[in-house]
Amino acid sequence: MDVEILSRIQFAFTIAFHYIYPPLSIGIGLVMVVFESLYIRTKNQEYHTLAKFWTKIFALTFGIGVVTGIVMEFEFGTNWAVYSRYVGDIFGSALAAEGIFAFALESGFLGVLIFGWNRVKSWVHLVSTIGVFLGSMFSAIWIVVANSWQQTPAGYHIVGEGLEARAEITDFWAMVFNPSSVDRILHVWLGAFLAGTFLILSVHAYYILRGRFVHISQKAFKITLIVATVFSLGQLMTGHSSAEGVAVNQPAKLATMEGHFEASGPADMYLFGWVDKEEQKVTGLKIPGGLSFLLDYDFDAPVTGLNAFAEEDRPSQINAVFQFYHIMVAIGMFLILLTLYACYLWWRGKLFDKRWLLWTFVFTALLPQIANQVGWFTAEMGRQPWVVYGLLRTSEAFSQAVSANQVLFSLILFMFVYTLLFLLFVYLLNKKIKHGPYDDSDEDDRPLTKEITQIVTGN
Amino acid sequence: METFLGLDYPTWWFLVVGGLFSGYAILDGFDFGAGAWHLFLKKEQSRRIALNAVGPVWDGNEVWLVIGGGALFAGFPVMYATLFSSLYIPFMLFLVCIIFRAISIEFRGKEEMKWWRKTWDIGYSVSSILLAFLLGVVLGNVLQGIALGPDYQYQGSGFFEFLNPYAILTGLTTLSLFMAHGAIYLLLKTEGRLFAKLTFLLKKGMIFFMVSFAVTTLYTLLYIPHLSDAFRSDPVLFAVPLATFLSIANVPRLANKRSYKWAFFFSSLTISFLLALVAIELYPTLLFSTLDPAHSIDIYNAAASTKSLKIMLTMVAIGGPLVLGYTFFVYRTFRGKVQLDETSY
Repeated sequence: MDVEILSRIQFAFTIAFHYIYPPLSIGIGLVMVVFESLYIRTKNQEYHTLAKFWTKIFALTFGIGVVTGIVMEFEFGTNWAVYSRYVGDIFGSALAAEGIFAFALESGFLGVLIFGWNRVKSWVHLVSTIGVFLGSMFSAIWIVVANSWQQTPAGYHIVGEGLEARAEITDFWAMVFNPSSVDRILHVWLGAFLAGTFLILSVHAYYILRGRFVHISQKAFKITLIVATVFSLGQLMTGHSSAEGVAVNQPAKLATMEGHFEASGPADMYLFGWVDKEEQKVTGLKIPGGLSFLLDYDFDAPVTGLNAFAEEDRPSQINAVFQFYHIMVAIGMFLILLTLYACYLWWRGKLFDKRWLLWTFVFTALLPQIANQVGWFTAEMGRQPWVVYGLLRTSEAFSQAVSANQVLFSLILFMFVYTLLFLLFVYLLNKKIKHGPYDDSDEDDRPLTKEITQIVTGN
Repeated sequence: METFLGLDYPTWWFLVVGGLFSGYAILDGFDFGAGAWHLFLKKEQSRRIALNAVGPVWDGNEVWLVIGGGALFAGFPVMYATLFSSLYIPFMLFLVCIIFRAISIEFRGKEEMKWWRKTWDIGYSVSSILLAFLLGVVLGNVLQGIALGPDYQYQGSGFFEFLNPYAILTGLTTLSLFMAHGAIYLLLKTEGRLFAKLTFLLKKGMIFFMVSFAVTTLYTLLYIPHLSDAFRSDPVLFAVPLATFLSIANVPRLANKRSYKWAFFFSSLTISFLLALVAIELYPTLLFSTLDPAHSIDIYNAAASTKSLKIMLTMVAIGGPLVLGYTFFVYRTFRGKVQLDETSY
């Protein structure tokens, strides 16, 4: 394998791994702020317990997010030197803004958030929690701005030629508010809220099913359910406006997402399907003219298709992008149905009566994670063959000074250390969940458990 | 070229990056240093206290790396791209170690078994040592220069070219400096027998540093003459090495007087002075080419556009005081000796 593909695999692997954690931190952070604010308003100790419990899990996801994030920053320089020289003037200022305004804020207050429960007044602690949460939101802003600039470059001009060519900033705010920034930031934020809230729902549903921490978990579940429902619905809107943006700014990507080949004609919308790139055919269940309708409210409106682009300017993995995109949409729809149904049951006063529903919530924690991942796969693979859309090709962007052996060496090291890191994460998460929000060993009221334990252990 | 208060914008940004690196070296320096001593502390309780001395602050310290790296990327993209891709292996080892160290810190306290704790103690200590060493190795390569050809392309090859004698010397100097610095930090955070043991370790650390520093300086003067150019052409700059020596000498003096707060101040100052020396030796070059000086990278051919530098300097002017403010707030909250409680590692 050559340097380009190895570097792409390494970047994809490390970024996909990294992206498990920051969304969890943002989403859990949001709910922590809610719990802690409720505690300060109501002085109800249960909210304090919940905030403290989720802070522990937050600390775990945050820590892994930091160390895997350093890897991402370094890899721009190590593996994508040509790219870094090309975009440094622009990408750099976004990254610098992230560091100064977001990252320092998060990490500064993190120590107080985690270790400061007994050291500062409760309102100072709340301020720290809010500081960390806002820091993580700002962080997302700047990173998504930088990525959005790669999708829809704006506010720049090109200086120099060949290996010395680079994009320089001409208008900072045009760069920040490039055509896709706002839609994508909102979409990413909501995706992160969903990742966090569904983990919280999952854990508390599990406690309720197991008969542990039942009262406190029901409370937590209800509050989090409201947040999750609002943002599941909201995600439909941000998703829709993102897609409208893609249609205008990156027509080749949109055509790939729906497997639309005809250069200019009405485009269908598939519920699911399979793309045959050679035959230029999609087999599956479709709404004829559905995509045209979504974009122009007219089933016959023409949509630019893949054949409008030269072969070398189209994404090569059309079926993969198609599948990733459809998985994301399907998960989004499922989350809406699930939360609305749960809200309906709550309204009827039967929220915790159906065990299958609670079990569904237990496993649903994985779905927003999967949706976040495949959503990014769609965005990044759909942008190919460009690393900066229309300006710089991925095949020209990697480091010339690095050999395939070196990348293979680092890739193997990363696989080893990330496997260890993932095991650590699962182990610690499991341990923290098993322990629960407080020590419940004395209030074990599950029927006969104590008696059975006594018989088995003989004391 | 446009200037601000008499200095051009690339020079301003050079100072910003230098300041951030110096902040990073002082902060992560003491926690790498503390980690390097970890295996020298034999008792379980001592190790726990030492680990918890850095517990609340280590990942905050690593933020300075992200910001410093970001600042280099933003201000001198050509330097960032060239340095990181040319020294691929040391940077990758650095990343793997930084992750492994975080894993060790988190894993260690989670089980009681002896072998478990021992494994992660070794992981924590060895990765701390390697991290300090690798930082020094990168610095050594930057000072000595690398085989840069036209278009900033690295012409060297092989896995271990980065591990040359000079880089090993600067690596050891950095490690020993951080170990002395880390021992002083631990002295501020501990009491009783552990404290007594650390006073003894600090002495060893300072001897280790003095020896490595002397050898490195000698090597630099003899074999890398281009680093002394600035001092020859402008003798006033000689004040900086002089101040560095005084600052170094002050550390053992204050340690003997048991005034560890001031000793920590002077070991931090020493780190800043040493980086100032590096900055003077380099300026305005960032990375020497050993093939042809015409291919060297300097702050002008590496710099981002003036517009971009202006924007970022504005950000630093707004954000810098904020960062210092809450860093101060956090350290104030956790001042004093370590107390283990239920949130500890």
